[in-house]
Amino acid sequence: MTSKRILSPRDWSSHPRQAHPDYKSTLLRSQRQPLVPLPQSLSELTGPVFGHCGVTGRDADLTRNSIRDGEAIGERIIVAGRLLDESGRAVPNALIEVWQANAAGRYVHSQDQHDAPLDPNFLGAGKALTDSAGRYRFTTIRPGAYPWRNHSNAWRPAHIHFSVFGTAFIQRLVTQMYFPGDPLLALDPIFNATADAAARQRLVAAFSTELTEPEWALGFEFDIVLRGPQATPLES
Amino acid sequence: MSSQTPSQTVGPFFSHALTPSGSGHAPIAGRQLADERTPGTLIRIEGRVLDGKSHPVTDALVEIWQARHDGAYPDDSDAFRGFGRASTDADGRFWFQTVKPGAPPENGAPHVNTTVFARGMLNHAFTRIYFSDEQEKNARDPVLANVDPVRRKSLVASLRDSAGRPVYEFEICLQGAHETVFFDA
Ligand SMILES: [Fe+2]
Repeated sequence: MTSKRILSPRDWSSHPRQAHPDYKSTLLRSQRQPLVPLPQSLSELTGPVFGHCGVTGRDADLTRNSIRDGEAIGERIIVAGRLLDESGRAVPNALIEVWQANAAGRYVHSQDQHDAPLDPNFLGAGKALTDSAGRYRFTTIRPGAYPWRNHSNAWRPAHIHFSVFGTAFIQRLVTQMYFPGDPLLALDPIFNATADAAARQRLVAAFSTELTEPEWALGFEFDIVLRGPQATPLES
Repeated sequence: MSSQTPSQTVGPFFSHALTPSGSGHAPIAGRQLADERTPGTLIRIEGRVLDGKSHPVTDALVEIWQARHDGAYPDDSDAFRGFGRASTDADGRFWFQTVKPGAPPENGAPHVNTTVFARGMLNHAFTRIYFSDEQEKNARDPVLANVDPVRRKSLVASLRDSAGRPVYEFEICLQGAHETVFFDA
């Protein structure tokens, strides 16, 4: 069996370790056996394409994509950036899905018991395809922080969940985007599960005057980097 | 050069965005990948996700990516898209209706590439579903050969005799004595 790598490995100095005791839910759900190395075949290097699955511009505007009888409540923001691989190359035509709590910190989800109001005009779900330069752009409402039961007086910092597909199935990434200057970041076991401080900073969006639209919405820039081509091909 | 964006957990509250939930938001994929018109043998994969105490994981997300019946991976022009997504129910169960994939063109046995996400998983886990009625091909599969024989069976879905359509059962154990084999490609 050859072990030629086409894509670089998952960067375990960047990704969190699976077992992180401060995050209680990992206790029974993290793997204890070492991962088994898998050569990269077509199974790993191909992946689903979403160019024809009917994603429209409206899907990327969370302030509009689910309105019923009024406007979504909260601070309107723009979240935009580029989807790149490690070599700096743009990943075009890739599907990015986002979901989040509303301005009050409440999700449209039957299991969310937080005593905060739902917004009938805000679902908190959107999707977009990256353009030829790997760019994406969402308009949304700044999510609120919300409490969770991980430890006493635990609050998640405001965040937007991101689900990203590259061209290869093993480039799949699910992550969370945070906001700069949030005092809850230092206290959050999920954010801090990534040991490396520089890697953690890659989860924090940057405020951007360029993306900010006058009289309309603040802008935040969030670039996402997927596994790229293996820099030095390995042969065995 | 840039560095990889760290993974974060999918959390408990993804279903309104990622799965059909009656919210009016059209998801990009679901449990049903194929129907009677799809070339190949229509099958059902029924699974369960369990935690380290063998309790059902009721808020997991399972994604699959598989070849067509002829072993080739679908492209943009195929009606069969090869990608499915399901969340687990109150018993930790999930299912897919799809066609049985063909064997890969190189060598090896037919399989379904599978990704598992859940609250409490900071990274997704990547595994493969093989089929119990492909013993000959499974025996020659280089990926299965590379797995400790004791743990190998965690990768093989068992065919259940059911009237009409083949049903394959596959248990995903995130932790514990029967922990499923997860890969790092
Ligand atoms: Fe969240």
